[in-house]
Amino acid sequence: MTTTPLEPDFAVSVGLVQPRLPRWASILVGVISLGVAGLLTMFLGWNPVGGIVVAVLLFVVGLPLWSALLEGRRTAVDRLATCLVWVAFGSVVVPLVWLIWLVLKNGVGAIDMEFLTYDMRNIVGAGGGIYHALMGTLLVTIAATIISVPIGLFTAIYLTEYGKGSRLARVTTFLVDVMTGIPSIVAGLFALALFVLIFGPAIRIGFGGSVALSLLMIPTVVRSAEEMLRLVPSDLREASYALGVPKWRTIVKVVLPTSLGGIITGVVLAISRVIGETAPLLVVAGATDSVNFNLFDGRMMTLPVYIFSQYSSPGVAPIGGGDPPGYARAWGAALVLIAIVMVLNLIARIIGKIFAPPTDRRR
Amino acid sequence: MAKSIDISDLDIYYGDFKAVEGVNMTIRARAVTAFIGPSGCGKSTFLRALNRMHEVIPGARVEGKVMVSGQSLYDPGVDPVAVRRQIGMVFQRPNPFPTMSIYENVLAGNRLNSRKIKKAEADEIVERSLKSANLWTEVKDRLSKPGMGLSGGQQQRLCIARAIAVEPEVLLMDEPCSALDPISTSAIEDLIHELKADYTIVIVTHNMQQAARVSDDTGFFNLKAAGQPGHLVEFNPTNKMFTNPDEESTEAYISGRFG
Amino acid sequence: MSVTAPPDTKPVVRLGDRLFAGTARVAALTIMLALAGVFVFLAIEGIPGLSAPAEIYQPFDNFWSYVGPLVFGTVLAAVVALIIAVPFSIGVALFISHYAPPRVAGPLAYVIDLLAAVPSVVYGLWGGLALGQAMKPVFGWLFDNLSFLPFFEGPPSVTGRTILTAGIVLAIMVVPITTAISREVFAQTPRLHEEAAMALGATQWETIRYAVFPYARSGVVSAVMLGLGRALGETMAVAMVLSATPVVTLNLISNTNPATIASNIASNYKEATPDKQAVLIATGLVLFAVTFAVNFLARWVVGRSERKVTR
Repeated sequence: MTTTPLEPDFAVSVGLVQPRLPRWASILVGVISLGVAGLLTMFLGWNPVGGIVVAVLLFVVGLPLWSALLEGRRTAVDRLATCLVWVAFGSVVVPLVWLIWLVLKNGVGAIDMEFLTYDMRNIVGAGGGIYHALMGTLLVTIAATIISVPIGLFTAIYLTEYGKGSRLARVTTFLVDVMTGIPSIVAGLFALALFVLIFGPAIRIGFGGSVALSLLMIPTVVRSAEEMLRLVPSDLREASYALGVPKWRTIVKVVLPTSLGGIITGVVLAISRVIGETAPLLVVAGATDSVNFNLFDGRMMTLPVYIFSQYSSPGVAPIGGGDPPGYARAWGAALVLIAIVMVLNLIARIIGKIFAPPTDRRR
Repeated sequence: MAKSIDISDLDIYYGDFKAVEGVNMTIRARAVTAFIGPSGCGKSTFLRALNRMHEVIPGARVEGKVMVSGQSLYDPGVDPVAVRRQIGMVFQRPNPFPTMSIYENVLAGNRLNSRKIKKAEADEIVERSLKSANLWTEVKDRLSKPGMGLSGGQQQRLCIARAIAVEPEVLLMDEPCSALDPISTSAIEDLIHELKADYTIVIVTHNMQQAARVSDDTGFFNLKAAGQPGHLVEFNPTNKMFTNPDEESTEAYISGRFG
Repeated sequence: MSVTAPPDTKPVVRLGDRLFAGTARVAALTIMLALAGVFVFLAIEGIPGLSAPAEIYQPFDNFWSYVGPLVFGTVLAAVVALIIAVPFSIGVALFISHYAPPRVAGPLAYVIDLLAAVPSVVYGLWGGLALGQAMKPVFGWLFDNLSFLPFFEGPPSVTGRTILTAGIVLAIMVVPITTAISREVFAQTPRLHEEAAMALGATQWETIRYAVFPYARSGVVSAVMLGLGRALGETMAVAMVLSATPVVTLNLISNTNPATIASNIASNYKEATPDKQAVLIATGLVLFAVTFAVNFLARWVVGRSERKVTR
């Protein structure tokens, strides 16, 4: 790429050298776009966000236009595509950053010792906390994990070790795919329908939430465990068979330990997926203001449902303006929830890193 | 404890595909028997049929007889797992268990079968097996280190130690040196010489010189044509095989005219 | 050899093996049972909802006219979300697979995956309290300049919490799903195809257009379908953004917005009588059927293209 302004005669004389925009062209167009948009924003009194949008538009139109005049149509289209791809990425990152920033800004203020250690019983106005929701989320998620890990793991073992090519394996793979697509609220309704059938229409228990969450968790566990088990080299299985070890012991003592790290990573990621689920818990575990440690009796609050109920009935806004007290609590709980999800993700990555090398052979 | 193996009219199938046809031979006890032949001629498949390892692949089956001391391996009541305990196997690529230390790798056969063994007995098995595999002096100071940390040749000797720790009667080796450098290869070949005092050894090799160096008997496998099943062309003492073979195609193969 | 043949002639299978294999098989069957259970229990509890007393269906008088606007709202919100999400997903996927410097592509992919890790209720919170406010001037502008289109008939909502806002939130939730799959298929384009195109003097865009897109088309289609499945079933983000009325309208920016099936369940759940509960479960059954069909179609498209590739 040339860095000096082009001399058209020179470019024509050597066939391989064609007119190119100088390297600083994009910077120049960028500055001009920003400048024009800035001036327009100032003089016409636009919203600054609108100004940025206009600047981006000017850039996306301007650079390819200049390129079209100098470099020809094909290069211009190429530049346009490049611009659009960058803009697409940028504009997807914007809401993420905006959201995280809002949660941090509004959440940090809401969190203190009281917030973490109090429930919402008899709270009118400000105050109260998420203790009951935190405990509920913990219990419901642990129960869901206890249900889904054995089922998911054994299904994966069936698919990789026993059922290869069998009809049941094909059907199961298909059903796991279908399960991945179940809307979370349908999972909640299923759990509800199940428990209503057993206990009558007014039933709301935490364990129902666990059942619903396991329905969402199982496919993720199966998928990741299956993938990890397939990564175990068949050499190792054969080595074990050749020592006269029965198949099931080979699986338990050789295959599973070798893929343990990956399986745990998958499970932790699956937990981080379902821990933020709201709809199924709202439907079957219900909402309450008090602590409930019994999964099998009575409504149970969970963090996501807490956020929803603080948002949908935030209480009365203080006289003299400001947000109703529920909003602050919702943001605080959202921050805690996101922190939990991120920590789980981090743990999963670390476990994955620690356990990853053993299958790697040194030779 | 070494035993001889009698094979009569053995056909091996993968589903409908006939991989090996009509093999008859007697593998002598306390001797090294080598199988040579071009790629895809069924020599590895045949080896794996000797301890029913080929059954790991779904659809694999055999017709004919494999007799070890008068007991047919393919009798309906015979448990393949028990067969493999008595007929051990070493593979092409060294495959120590990555989650286990050197010590645990040697004991894997015993531990995985959940045999309860005392610490002293376990130590003794590990030392004896590693010594038999000529590996003891190299690893005795780092028995608790992972087996994957050894060099390729050491890993292969570790796998041999692991195989003989369960005290099998026959040791099958499927191209045990093909993934190793020349120095490690000669270490393994020396080891095979020593092991033959106690075990019946069957080795598949791509390398004719290796067969000539280590074996007492040699079997030459070949394909009649592409897509046809492999078959045993000639089975003779190694000396005779490499100096004055009965079959013309054996001589052609050994002198390098094909394969 | 100490192996002795027992008298029976069946092949030997050890007890441990039989138990273990049995457990694994039972686990696989459990999944089948669970899915069948979803269908059966929803049907048992939901079918009475198809013929509940007329006043339950207010403001309508039967199930189908009750669920009709909800289905419409569900599809509308999902379509709006997809129209926004698909171009962005393809752009982001291309960015990660072809445009970004290789060193940062991995971390960037992780950032996009973070979008998927944010719980839906937090998206709802953000959509309801922040995005809605921010959208008000946009709705005003759309109304001023594009009100001849039925979508922007207005009058613009004063809260900013419209089906378009909900669609944008859904779009952001769909983007990581469609991006992840598209990225994979883009990255799987045979290197040789791309190099062949480049060797013919194609620009990067032409390479993508003529070597990558044809190869990835069905993969992207199925990614979009899976995203659609997600958008159809998403509950909280919609329930928290919209204050819904049972209407059928294409107007995206006004105060009256149709609810979706899922959001309708979530927002009516608390005060539901047993009759109403049955009706809501019945609507859930409808939602299940719709998402099942969409996912099934997506898998079918993927399966067909996989067969084509292997041939």
